[in-house]
Amino acid sequence: MLRLINPKQEFLRYRRRMEIAGIIAGVLFLGLFSRFVWLQVSQFEHYHALAENNRISLVPAPPSRGVIYDRHSMVLAHNFSANTLEITPSKTGKLDETIDRLAEIVTIETGDRKRFKKLLAESKNFESIPIRNLLTAEEAARFAVHRYRFPGVEMKARQFRQYPFGAGFSHVVGYIGRIGEKDQERLIEAGLETNYKGTDHIGKLGLEASYEPWLHGRTGIEKVETDSGGRAVRILSRTPPVAGYNIYLHLDAKLQQVAEKVFGDYRGALVALDPRNGGVLALVSKPGFDPNLFVDGIDVATWRELNDSPDRPLINRALRGIYPPGSTIKPFMGLAGLELGVRKPGDTIADPGYFTLPGSSHRYRDWKKDGHGMVDLKRSITISCDTYYYGLAQQMGIERMAGFLSQFGFGKKSGVDLDGELSGLMPTPEWKKKRFKQPWWPGETVVAGIGQGYMLTTPMQLAVATMALANDGVIYKPQLIRAWRDPASGRMSLAAPQIMGRIKLTPNFLRLVKEAMVDVTLPGGTASIAGANTPYLFAGKTGTAQVIGIKQGARYIESQVQARHRDHALFIAFAPADDPKIVVAVMVENGGHGGSTAAPVARKVIDYWLLGKLPTVYAPPEAADVDEVEDNAPAEEPAPTAASVEPANLEAAQ
Amino acid sequence: MIQRFFGTLVRHLDGPLLGLLTLLLLASTAVVFSAAGENSERLYSHLTNIGVALTAMLLVSHIPPQRLMQFAVPVYVVGVLLLLGVAMFGIVVNGSRRWLELGFTRIQPSELMRLAVPMMLAWYFHYKQESLNGRDYAVAALLLALPVGFIAKQPDLGTSLLITASGFYVLYLGGLSWKVIAGAAVAAGSALPLAWNYLLHDYQRQRVLTLIDPASDPLGAGYHIIQATIAVGSGGFAGKGWMMGTQTHLDFLPERSTDFIFAVFSEEFGLIGNLFLLLLYAAIIWRGLVLAAGATSLFGRLFSGAIVLTFFTYAFVNMGMVSGILPVVGVPLPLVSYGGTSMLTVLTGFGIVMSVATHKKLVKT
Repeated sequence: MLRLINPKQEFLRYRRRMEIAGIIAGVLFLGLFSRFVWLQVSQFEHYHALAENNRISLVPAPPSRGVIYDRHSMVLAHNFSANTLEITPSKTGKLDETIDRLAEIVTIETGDRKRFKKLLAESKNFESIPIRNLLTAEEAARFAVHRYRFPGVEMKARQFRQYPFGAGFSHVVGYIGRIGEKDQERLIEAGLETNYKGTDHIGKLGLEASYEPWLHGRTGIEKVETDSGGRAVRILSRTPPVAGYNIYLHLDAKLQQVAEKVFGDYRGALVALDPRNGGVLALVSKPGFDPNLFVDGIDVATWRELNDSPDRPLINRALRGIYPPGSTIKPFMGLAGLELGVRKPGDTIADPGYFTLPGSSHRYRDWKKDGHGMVDLKRSITISCDTYYYGLAQQMGIERMAGFLSQFGFGKKSGVDLDGELSGLMPTPEWKKKRFKQPWWPGETVVAGIGQGYMLTTPMQLAVATMALANDGVIYKPQLIRAWRDPASGRMSLAAPQIMGRIKLTPNFLRLVKEAMVDVTLPGGTASIAGANTPYLFAGKTGTAQVIGIKQGARYIESQVQARHRDHALFIAFAPADDPKIVVAVMVENGGHGGSTAAPVARKVIDYWLLGKLPTVYAPPEAADVDEVEDNAPAEEPAPTAASVEPANLEAAQ
Repeated sequence: MIQRFFGTLVRHLDGPLLGLLTLLLLASTAVVFSAAGENSERLYSHLTNIGVALTAMLLVSHIPPQRLMQFAVPVYVVGVLLLLGVAMFGIVVNGSRRWLELGFTRIQPSELMRLAVPMMLAWYFHYKQESLNGRDYAVAALLLALPVGFIAKQPDLGTSLLITASGFYVLYLGGLSWKVIAGAAVAAGSALPLAWNYLLHDYQRQRVLTLIDPASDPLGAGYHIIQATIAVGSGGFAGKGWMMGTQTHLDFLPERSTDFIFAVFSEEFGLIGNLFLLLLYAAIIWRGLVLAAGATSLFGRLFSGAIVLTFFTYAFVNMGMVSGILPVVGVPLPLVSYGGTSMLTVLTGFGIVMSVATHKKLVKT
């Protein structure tokens, strides 16, 4: 192209090209500088915010859950700290391989793996899921050494819930479990999800569920500087969490244990109330289960075993077991007769051993084949005469009967501070028409008189109704909670007793019924053996309920089915009758007769409460004593057995 | 006696340039210390690198340009042979075949070519200066294309582009016609879509795409850019202060002592610091160009001019990449990033610049 001979010219061109290059470089540097101005001045706020977001994360500080105490400050549910190993799946490579390698360092049982898999399926990828709870100090140290090998695996100090009394209190105290999808939905609905950030457990049953808002407390917030790996470097500021309320119950742990023990091997339920304020002194449902199993996710096998067990340990019989009241209804019926003017205290009937409706030959039999002879009101309670009540009911009519009895809480929830209570059933013709589209038959009124037929009650309802008798008509709302303490202020607040109703009763009539109930436990009464030699006045009434609620599967072997066909034994009581301090309702499943199995349970519980007497080991009598045999459901009674009404349908039916 | 020895020792150094370089190395030491999280081991290692590189600069400054010229062809030939060796026997690290195993050590011949290519081209123009014609530019372009081709194939796009730049600077300063430059620019522009489809590897394409929209891949390729841009932007006007960069010290910045060290500097010293750094680079380049312009031989002028312009290119590309206007190519910030090889190459280059500038009297006499 061109030939250069002149070095001078060549040098000048070189200089010019260098100047051009220098200018271009300068322009490019200016371009860079303007980019810096853009980023560091114009967009500073934006990038500053991004850097702060990078740096600062808000970490919830979960509050410690309130402790549950009994009336003597015995701990029923509390927390303790322990280390867990948790895996965040999104930060971990191969999960199975990681767990296998972890297993070389800490013990990981098959159960742990199963539970992990289950929780994994329920949770989101970026949540940390426990693979192993309650690390020993040695395991914790060993993991700390090997920690660098396990990205995404963290050791966390966590609070664990523990129920020191285990199975005996499972239906009262309940348990907490991991927050599930439904719980989460409920929390979001209630606008509480922020307060549950960092909390992974929630009350599922019993007091843990019904007092959840009190026990949980308020979640705090820590402003933490974190590095790119999400590890906290330091705490910048902190709003401390506020611990949940500690709850003090009316419940007496010892009494509860006594009550549990005196059931022996029987299934059943017991409710003991303080008639002076409605405090729940004991609430037993046997069998129970160990609530500790549920806290960190129960494994499938154990759960299935509990759920499929014919003993139905997961059902709280005291609140959800519904039974015909049987003869325990008689004191209330008798009082109804007097108050409604259908009977006078001195009226007597001649009992031939059966009752017939006018114009019908059908015989409603008394439990005593040959009848009781001349029976007045007092004696009708003492000896539990069926014939007396067949006639009384027929004269009173079902509507008046239902109206009077529902004052005592029959057919209504008691309002006890536990979730899931059933309301039982106080039948009326109106109800039957709605439920079955059938008219009410006169025979149904007759059997209702002895607490059979459609009428259904829970042990809690029986206890509440008995409290109304003991209290001369005053009904308190049954309450487990006696007081609570706010740990922030340290202030103790008392849960005031709440009067639910005052039934207008004539003192003379009431006294008569009470005397009759005392006579029940004296010689000649249906609970005379259980009531022998009490230093206090012991008022009670026996009853028998037909089998209900527990389904009989075809799988059970014959002998077992037979045992489960036996009637449930009932007993209601209060003592001392002249100054009641405790009301008890007992139901012994397949116990046979109230006087022989249920009454002794009540007696021992009351003995402990009033006298501090601990029961000797309870050996339930196998066969019923002839003297104690009492009422039975009339054998020939057709259709209306409530046994066919499923508890679940019952709720819908009302 | 000692003074005279010392005087002899430093007589080929350029005072102003040495002063500017020292200032930059001091800044570098401060930033590396911060970026390494006060790791004193890293600091000592950095200081050692600086010491070794400064010694190399001192020694090279004593080599007269005529002597240097004699090395041009053998070094280039050896370099090309080594690149051939890499292509045949090289070991693959991170998906690229860049290293040659020599038994006792590994070498990366492309590093050698950073100086060998402009030296070779400068020699060629010097050799042909009496009878330079159009064909010589074509030969020079071939001499450039051969090693660049090998390096691009490894693949090492960043190094091959920068070596292309250094070779181009020799051609440019050697008087390559503006028409040819314009023609090459048009050709390159039209070849871009072809290169995009056939020459670039997936990861290279990804880097370019990520530059356009870093948020498309915030945890992958975009992460570097996003975090670096946040670091620069959040530095603000005056910076967060030395050792106070949150992006740096909380581990959000990747490669923070090497390729992304400018983000650390920017975050901690802000716009003021960046202005200072740009001015320092500009001053070094200015002084370098002044020295190159003063060279008496064509070889000296072309070689040292190319060295200084390449130095500019490295600085510009690195800062552009960290501040998010250029794609991420593995280029360190010259004389600031931690790393012995880059430090050695750059300071050796400045040793040559000083040698060329200070040996002119000797040439004349």
